[in-house]
Amino acid sequence: MANSELKLAWRNIWRNKRRTLITVASIYFGVILSTLMTSMQNGTYSKMIDNVVSFYSGYVQIHHPDYWETKSIDDLFVPTDSLMEIVSGNKDVDMIIPRMESFALMSYGNNTKGGMLIGVDPPKENELTRLGHWVSKGKYLEPDDDGILMAVNLAKALNVQIGDTIALISQGYHGYSASGLFPLKGILEFPFPAMNNFGTYITLNKAREFFSALEMVTSLVLTVDDYDDVYPVKHHLEGSLGDNYSVMTWDEMDPVTKQMIEGDKGQGIIMKGILYILIGFGVFSTVIMMIAERRKELGVMVAVGMNKLKLAKVLFYETMLIGMVGVIAGFAMSVPLVWGLVNSPIPLTGEVAEVYEQFGMEPAIYFGNDPMVFWGQLLIVFAITLLVSIYPLSKILRLQVTKALRS
Amino acid sequence: MNVIEVKNLSKIYNDSEVKVHAVQGIDLAIQEGEFTAIVGPSGCGKTTFLNMLGGLDQPTEGSIRVGETMVNDLKSSELIDFRLHNIGFVFQAYNLIPVLTAKENVEFIMQLQGKSKEERDKRAISLLTEVGLGDRVDARPSRLSGGQQQRVAVARALASKPKFVLADEPTANLDSTSTETLLDIMERLNREENITFIFSTHDARVVNKARRVIQLEDGKIIKDERKA
Ligand SMILES: Nc1ncnc2c1ncn2[C@@H]1O[C@H](COP(=O)(O)OP(=O)(O)O)[C@@H](O)[C@H]1O
Ligand SMILES: [Mg+2]
Repeated sequence: MANSELKLAWRNIWRNKRRTLITVASIYFGVILSTLMTSMQNGTYSKMIDNVVSFYSGYVQIHHPDYWETKSIDDLFVPTDSLMEIVSGNKDVDMIIPRMESFALMSYGNNTKGGMLIGVDPPKENELTRLGHWVSKGKYLEPDDDGILMAVNLAKALNVQIGDTIALISQGYHGYSASGLFPLKGILEFPFPAMNNFGTYITLNKAREFFSALEMVTSLVLTVDDYDDVYPVKHHLEGSLGDNYSVMTWDEMDPVTKQMIEGDKGQGIIMKGILYILIGFGVFSTVIMMIAERRKELGVMVAVGMNKLKLAKVLFYETMLIGMVGVIAGFAMSVPLVWGLVNSPIPLTGEVAEVYEQFGMEPAIYFGNDPMVFWGQLLIVFAITLLVSIYPLSKILRLQVTKALRS
Repeated sequence: MNVIEVKNLSKIYNDSEVKVHAVQGIDLAIQEGEFTAIVGPSGCGKTTFLNMLGGLDQPTEGSIRVGETMVNDLKSSELIDFRLHNIGFVFQAYNLIPVLTAKENVEFIMQLQGKSKEERDKRAISLLTEVGLGDRVDARPSRLSGGQQQRVAVARALASKPKFVLADEPTANLDSTSTETLLDIMERLNREENITFIFSTHDARVVNKARRVIQLEDGKIIKDERKA
């Protein structure tokens, strides 16, 4: 009986081909639109996250428990063998990049400026942040380099040229005074205007010497293989490292980006909500008409002995089938579409492109193909159909056969 | 043997302001194999009476026994099952399922009864052949004339092997030739297979075919005569 109910439902939905096609088309376009929107959001978010992560923070960082609050040169830690073993033992951790960073005064001639001094492992740092890529003049640091890289605005303010020697003064570890001379090796021009004002880079070893903090770091920056591994990695490390270290994820370190994404997601939900409410009403009115115009027929079916629940099942299938046809058609179109857009993002031009560049993003609309991009639509349409099919169900259960027959 | 026994049956409609006494204290017994017409002018209570006989409507008063079953004691969910296994229905017009072919319409009832595919197939074809539509089994109702549709409806009514067939004005929408054909088929089924038919009509030509004529007026039986 089950498949004959399905057969009946299938034939019923095509009785008014035009109306069903219009309803199916509304679901079809809704699914495509909503899929593209979700895909675009996902693509943009992961690009934004990638940016934050690859420009600076990595996905996860390990610090001294007080460091994030104090940012003090006294809150350092030694990446001991046992610590490194635990971290590299987590199979989801990809790279471990050490840094030593603090504030320093930089002088050249009569000019003095404050800025961030960051000690890095040049090849590793380059792998994460592509630091070498932003060298606009001079050269990137060698692993045992004595030189310094400086952000372009800072270099301009100090009026230094490649090869000039810059004097740095700061406070070292546990009250030591820190001072040193560094020849300017390269000038950095970042796509973020803010970053062009204060960043300077020397090798990690030079920084340790400078701050009198041998073997120490301010942070270990970790990358993970997959974005989904971020929280599991954090939890694993927190569990095994205990209270002696703090483990922070990119969004804890950069709540602004996180909030931007959340806010945008919220807007997206509202827009998709409106879209699907419109579609839902379309399906609903079709279902209302489908029942109203065959009241007598439904009455006959119950009169000759068809159980109301069985009949309700037929009507439920009808609503469901309209939804399914729309979703499947929408899928068939949006899967290749999204796939194509993921592989070739839509390039942006003009002012919009400039805004993107200011935020350090390549000027293009990115798309994501996370499975939820597609499954989400299926679930939503399924939920709408379920909701709409309450109507025929209640109509059937309240159907009065004799009245229906007289109509 | 009596297939149906009706005692003191009444129906009062009181959903509107004025109460309508559609059926008033009918007593009646129908025997197996009878070919009965319920006649009377429009509004005399034919449909109301047949609906109660068929378990489609609840009487206000009185009782209906079909075989061993007191129909008026059944709950509405039991009534659906009762109708499926005991009564064949033919309605005035457009009572086939439009998306099913003639054969599928006939099979529909047997499918509800849970009959096997082979049995359904065989019986549907033999019933459609009996009503003279052996060559139209795969036609949808919209491809059949009104008379042919009513013949399919008769085949469907018989498919469940019911105790009797109720037909409420089955010829009201038919031209005289189709009316004649349909009545001839019903009569032959009655004669050759002893099928009990109860049909309502206000068409004199149809009345002439009946072997028992029950006349209603204002919800009461005013005449009940059997022809030889
Ligand atoms: N659902 C109803 N509510 C109120 N009055 C009804 C209803 N159905 C039928 N009637 C009334 O009951 C009487 C008998 O109707 P009906 O059984 O349809 O007669 P017939 O089939 O002989 O034309 C009529 O007066 C009709 O108006
Ligand atoms: Mg009537």
